[in-house]
Amino acid sequence: MTFEVPKVSYTGKIRETPLGQEGNTVTVGGESCYSFHLFEGEMPYPPKIAMEVYDSEPEDWPDTALEPFADVIKDPVAWARKCIDTYGAEMIALQLASTDPNDKDISADEAARITKEVSDAVDVPLIVWGSGNVDKDTKVLKAVCEVCEGKNLIIGPVVEGNYRAIGAAAIAYKHTVVASTPIDINLAKQLNILLGNLNVPDEKILIDPSTGALGYGLEYCYSVIERIRMAALVQEDERLQFPIISNLAKEVWKTKEVKVPESEAPLLGDMKNRGILIEALTAQCVLLAGADILVMRHPEAINLVKESIKDLMA
Amino acid sequence: MGLSGIEIFKKLPKTNCGKCGVPTCLAFAMKLATGQAELDACPDISDDVKEEIGEASAPPVRTVVIGTGDRAVKLGGETVLFRHEKRFENPPAFTLFLSDKMDEAEITSRLKKFNDTVYERVGVVLRPELVAIKAESGDASKFGALVEKVCNETDAGLVLMNEDADALSLVAKGCSNRKPLLYAANKDNFEAIGNLAKEISCPLAVKGNNLEELSEVSEKLIAMGLKDLVLDSGARTAKQALEDQIIIRRFALLKKFKPFGFPTIVFPCDMADNLMKETMIACQMVAKYGGVIVMSEIEGHSVFPLLLASMNIFTDPQRPMAVEQKIYEIGATNESSPVLITGNFSLTYFIVSGEVDSSRVPSYLLIKDTEGLSVLTAWAAGKFAADTIAIFVKKSGIEEKVKHRKLVIPGYLATISGELEEELPDWEILIGPREASYLPVYLKQWSAD
Repeated sequence: MTFEVPKVSYTGKIRETPLGQEGNTVTVGGESCYSFHLFEGEMPYPPKIAMEVYDSEPEDWPDTALEPFADVIKDPVAWARKCIDTYGAEMIALQLASTDPNDKDISADEAARITKEVSDAVDVPLIVWGSGNVDKDTKVLKAVCEVCEGKNLIIGPVVEGNYRAIGAAAIAYKHTVVASTPIDINLAKQLNILLGNLNVPDEKILIDPSTGALGYGLEYCYSVIERIRMAALVQEDERLQFPIISNLAKEVWKTKEVKVPESEAPLLGDMKNRGILIEALTAQCVLLAGADILVMRHPEAINLVKESIKDLMA
Repeated sequence: MGLSGIEIFKKLPKTNCGKCGVPTCLAFAMKLATGQAELDACPDISDDVKEEIGEASAPPVRTVVIGTGDRAVKLGGETVLFRHEKRFENPPAFTLFLSDKMDEAEITSRLKKFNDTVYERVGVVLRPELVAIKAESGDASKFGALVEKVCNETDAGLVLMNEDADALSLVAKGCSNRKPLLYAANKDNFEAIGNLAKEISCPLAVKGNNLEELSEVSEKLIAMGLKDLVLDSGARTAKQALEDQIIIRRFALLKKFKPFGFPTIVFPCDMADNLMKETMIACQMVAKYGGVIVMSEIEGHSVFPLLLASMNIFTDPQRPMAVEQKIYEIGATNESSPVLITGNFSLTYFIVSGEVDSSRVPSYLLIKDTEGLSVLTAWAAGKFAADTIAIFVKKSGIEEKVKHRKLVIPGYLATISGELEEELPDWEILIGPREASYLPVYLKQWSAD
């Protein structure tokens, strides 16, 4: 008997996308196969993990997530440096959560000032993520683009309702955009087309198909990522051949299951390790589906995922 | 999944007797073709035809059952490579590993933890399913004693791991009524172990040192007449296991390659030196095609996230998960706690109840049956309209639980508030936030007066 392994013939390739600025560039994408299917294709750049930094002290984190950052949570610059110096962060993701009108509602100028300080202090690519409020993000992210001109920040979430304004600012000041859509492959494709029509260069687009945590709709994100990859790699859908980013930590760490102490739910086991594994397993699933960049929080969860990437790339 | 309804129909008796529960043979054939009926329901069909149709309509990955009664575990039955193509059928069985070299106290405590670990989520029971017992001491009586102990202490299905056919036979015959998985037939012992599995009608694991060897042994066992096999490709690294699992599934589905048309057994317990890393590898197996997943330990912090992952990945993408219609009390509620209403799509329930929980404002959450649809979709489909909401609110019993009459509806349904006030004249309808994430802020300023 001849033992011929059934292989997929890939006709497409994910776009190689350099992030950050000269001297500290990190490249993602470039895959010519489903993730980690190295017996039939290539993944020239292993997936990367960006560590979260918040623009002001977080209020609703469980202690298990706060503990590694307890000494820096009031200072985004020190926080970012700690991620890089102590935890070896490959990228930083600055979450501008306090710009949310329903939260602290800090001004666009204030947010831009914080972002500038952080961007000056880090020597890795910097993701800057707004609050998700469409109108406020337009103001905030435009201001961020302007004060950080030329730094090739990764700016998001850029959505249907604000892509023109933020896209134009990103082009003018040379940044990369994160095209965000709500778990729908067609909407993802459409937004990428719109960004292309606006003249955002193809090597400056990442896809964010939305993320749910383990137990909270992860399956939808898992499948939409698999479908995007399938369209990009075997159906040659050019407008989906961009690297995928998954902003997962903030979804994971707000769930009840990471916050319940063992004393209240003995069967759920050790609270710290449970939270770490819920984050790491959420990451593992989206990685296997096809994500290129993961935004993560707990250093031990990050180490587990890094080790898994290393093992699967070996 | 070879035959069409018409092809199956041609082979049926065409008596239209209705004994199968469907009025005509044609209708029965159509149901068979889509997997909604079992061939056994037809009383007049000949064995030859049964085999012919059964073979052709069977899923390319055979469904194998380990264990009996309530604790029988179904594995395999898979028909797709990606869950979005249809759905994954049978979630993996997390399995506790025990060795006859472990000391008694250790075994007792691990078994107890295994038995105690049961969760319920959206009405589904989640638990580790199987116990694997390995002969490592070289002492047949020790192995036998351990198997007996496990049989006495749990009803769960078993995996008996001993590649010495005689020793395995001795123990397996004693508990064959439990339908254990015998592990494993390899290129050297397959005749003896294959005959044993046949004699006592138990499922059998096949082990090769690589895929090619696995296919050869599997083929020989099929030729011997064995039907219920479980595959071990011998991979003991995460990378090799991923590759092997993908290739096995592809062979079964794309090439209808019989020797690989079975569920698999994988061993994260042999691939890592700590439980955290082992859990990561097990998660990989959940997504990519593991069947029996053998773990060195069952600990809540590890197995609970794995069961969540498994539940997520094996959810039918075409059928939203729904929670029960009723009043959910979140926190220490009293007669002046807020009352909120939303639909019964499980994700809606989890997100809304999670936000209410984190607000620390004890609240009543009314979950109305919307057939698993999300709020806006349900509204558009008439499943979340003012009249049906009113009937539910009145019947739910909430009027006995609270003194006030204020009902918070989802912000996206602001348009129905007038209509709802007409249907529920005693109630004041409040329009809640559009996104659940704003609930904590909203609830903190809510007042019954």
